[in-house]
Amino acid sequence: MEATVEIASTKCVDRDEADEETIMELLFDERIDGEIATVDRAALMAAVHAVAPDLVLLDREEDLRPFECDGLSAYRTLPMLVAMPATLAEVESLMRVCFEHHVPVVTRGAGTGLSGGALPLAKGVLLVMSRFNRILELDADARIARVQPGVRNLAISEAAGPHGLYYAPDPSSQIACSIGGNVAENAGGVHCLKYGLTVHNVIGVEIVTIEGERMTLGGETLDTPGFDLLALFTGSEGMLGVITEVTVKLLPKPEVARVLMASFDDVERAGRAVGDIIAAGIIPGGLEMMDNLAIRAAEDFVHAGYPVEAQAILLCELDGVEADVRADCERVRALLENAGATGIQLARDDAERALFWAGRKAAFPAVGRMSPDYYCMDGTIPRRELPRVLKGIDDLAEHYGLRVANVFHAGDGNLHPLILFDANLPGELDTAEALGGEILSLCVEAGGTITGEHGVGREKLNQMCTQFAPDELTHFHSVKHAFDERRLLNPGKNVPTLARCAEHGAMHVHQGQLSHPELPRF
Amino acid sequence: MAHLQDRRPAFTEPGEPGPTKDTGQDASAALIDTVSRAARERTPLRIVGGGTKAFLGRRVEATQAVELRDHAGIVHYDPVELIVTARAGTPLATLERVLDESHQRLAFEPPHFGGAATVGGMVAAGLSGPRRPWAGSVRDFVLGVRVITAEGKHLRFGGEVMKNVAGYDLSRLMVGAQGTLGVITEVSFKVLPQPVAAARLRLSLPFEDACQRLVEWGRQPLPITGAAFEAGTLHVRLEGGEGSVESTRRHIGGEAEAADFWADLREHRLPFFRGDDPRPLWRLSLPARARLPALDGDWLVDWGGVQPWLRSDESPTHVQEVTAAVGGHAIRYTPTADNVSPHPPLPAVLDKYHRRLKARLDPDGIFNPGRLYADW
Repeated sequence: MEATVEIASTKCVDRDEADEETIMELLFDERIDGEIATVDRAALMAAVHAVAPDLVLLDREEDLRPFECDGLSAYRTLPMLVAMPATLAEVESLMRVCFEHHVPVVTRGAGTGLSGGALPLAKGVLLVMSRFNRILELDADARIARVQPGVRNLAISEAAGPHGLYYAPDPSSQIACSIGGNVAENAGGVHCLKYGLTVHNVIGVEIVTIEGERMTLGGETLDTPGFDLLALFTGSEGMLGVITEVTVKLLPKPEVARVLMASFDDVERAGRAVGDIIAAGIIPGGLEMMDNLAIRAAEDFVHAGYPVEAQAILLCELDGVEADVRADCERVRALLENAGATGIQLARDDAERALFWAGRKAAFPAVGRMSPDYYCMDGTIPRRELPRVLKGIDDLAEHYGLRVANVFHAGDGNLHPLILFDANLPGELDTAEALGGEILSLCVEAGGTITGEHGVGREKLNQMCTQFAPDELTHFHSVKHAFDERRLLNPGKNVPTLARCAEHGAMHVHQGQLSHPELPRF
Repeated sequence: MAHLQDRRPAFTEPGEPGPTKDTGQDASAALIDTVSRAARERTPLRIVGGGTKAFLGRRVEATQAVELRDHAGIVHYDPVELIVTARAGTPLATLERVLDESHQRLAFEPPHFGGAATVGGMVAAGLSGPRRPWAGSVRDFVLGVRVITAEGKHLRFGGEVMKNVAGYDLSRLMVGAQGTLGVITEVSFKVLPQPVAAARLRLSLPFEDACQRLVEWGRQPLPITGAAFEAGTLHVRLEGGEGSVESTRRHIGGEAEAADFWADLREHRLPFFRGDDPRPLWRLSLPARARLPALDGDWLVDWGGVQPWLRSDESPTHVQEVTAAVGGHAIRYTPTADNVSPHPPLPAVLDKYHRRLKARLDPDGIFNPGRLYADW
């Protein structure tokens, strides 16, 4: 969920060059993604209104248009129907009707996701949860907040702020993205290494199943009897149930936060410095790395004072109690010097600290200004493999003739290569996607994963065939079946069918044979 | 078909600092064999680690056991990555010793309840120690697992990276499932550095005052990592940087606590937990700031108020009902002769989906049948 609002609202890629059939298969391919029943729209609306007369349904094309894509706007489909419930009873009724009529349901939060997880289905209902936008309870003494899923991530911290508390996960899209979407995607952010992902900061959710039943997973206690379904549902991308309420834990705001910026004339040296900091027993609040192309893009856009000649910069934020932070800053400074940093700057005050971060947080749109389009990847790798993965990305970029900028949540190994391309040039979008697929294969080969925080969605379905063996995918389908035996919740996302893998999964790895064997691998 | 993620990343060359090499033994072939045979013959299996947490569920009526102890060893440990991978049969004590040598630890402080405790059993039981409210639970630190499924397949979910949202989170689902969804053979954890400084304090004050102070302290960024109350004494542990521990120690006052207190609490070696007490031991899990349920008996309240331990002769139904009425649940730690589940019953809809999930992942019910609840 490392999205920026800019991407969500302005980046729309046309696929005019591609033929219609290819586009349809990209969006949903009944042949390999599974059949979907054809249901008459008017009849469905009548059935819904019979049990939920006040439920807002949209069916005119001009009303559906704003919902045709999420943050991954290269993929667009008009849903058959948009439902905008305002009450729990309406959600339950809608689900029962859809279950009965075999109509698929795609749930959407704020629509800032970057992997097409909320891409509508032409034969399905898009369930928009934006009217569930109330903070139901904020208990400062218990340090929890109970909120509806449409509440924005940042709104929780804003409400908690006057009590000296905040909600820790902070995806870059936090001013726009909603907590329901955060749970569905297990959203991260720049402070994950120390404060965890969404799964570590949510203590309970209320779910409505596709059969219209309500259940609470987790709750206000630190554990609940039975299986850890809360963990299972977190990051399940709307495939197992609809989130109708979320209880999050709140943390006391750190007393102080300081940021060190170190520049390096060599990416590998910067990577080693990250290891040195961790090895010294220091867990920074944030530890981010950018390569030269990303540095120049960000500096040009935000004027954060980044050294544009550096091959890499590290931003290291240390937070906590004043005395500890002061001591850690000195230790980190010494470690960075030993690691060969060519320059080290401690942000003088909160204004400069905010400026250092502004460059990093605006890295995606900044790169966007350098190129008509860009494609954001989201692999995670063991940190030690960073130099070799970056070298591999360089080689692949050269092979495909496209530029790649890299921003990296260095502390937790989450790499965001941004592929620069021009969708108006025939075939260049396809080239960018092919390069992206190879980069993800590289991440898996390095012992990593195809997605650290953006989710699989529609976008990375084929890459799932690279990461998981058929038996593992089958196991995922079994889990899905337990909660949604008719496969009505967000079909065609997150976990590919074996039929899809048989057809497309061979794209990157086929019985041990890699495409482009001439490129160095490890 | 060899999938990419089955390949382990290259180890560092000898002499270089870096990952520890595998030192144990891989007995997975025999384990897969046992499970496959049981699956074919539809015979139930008892999954056994060190046997130290047997009390936490029902006795499994199965003649055949899957013993994990021979499948042991640290597969991969790289302190700089903050990640360790160990086979299920690895003694928990061994894992903790290896981490300690690199000044790291399992932050969730799992109880051993005996020297035989294994890594796999610790994960399957899902128990976390006194640090849990501040540091997180077992599942918060599990990054990946390998499991043998009911089809006898040896699968890998999650991995050795901190962030991974590909597919469903089946590794965390295994935590606390007590072996009912598959045989855990290997687990990867996030580990954390040990703190630079620590302090243990005891304060004499009434329970209500202790609760009030904990609420006030909880709203400040203080390095508290333990808070337990028993019989007029609040025990507090601080862990963090030297500056913050020292200033907090002065701020909250009190006297120095015995060095072993927190380990003794975690391992139930304090007098409160003594084995000759005839009253059953209950573990309650309560919402923050909930009142203690009106139950007769003695209390030791851990986790800053939300994990009370109770010694009581009250009837099991009564303990569970009264605890549920304040928004919590109660688990009986003292096994009963009639093999009743120590866990409270699940609400109807949850129960239905537990059964469905179990039925999908273990259709013939071969994995620890009846361990959590009598009829599945």
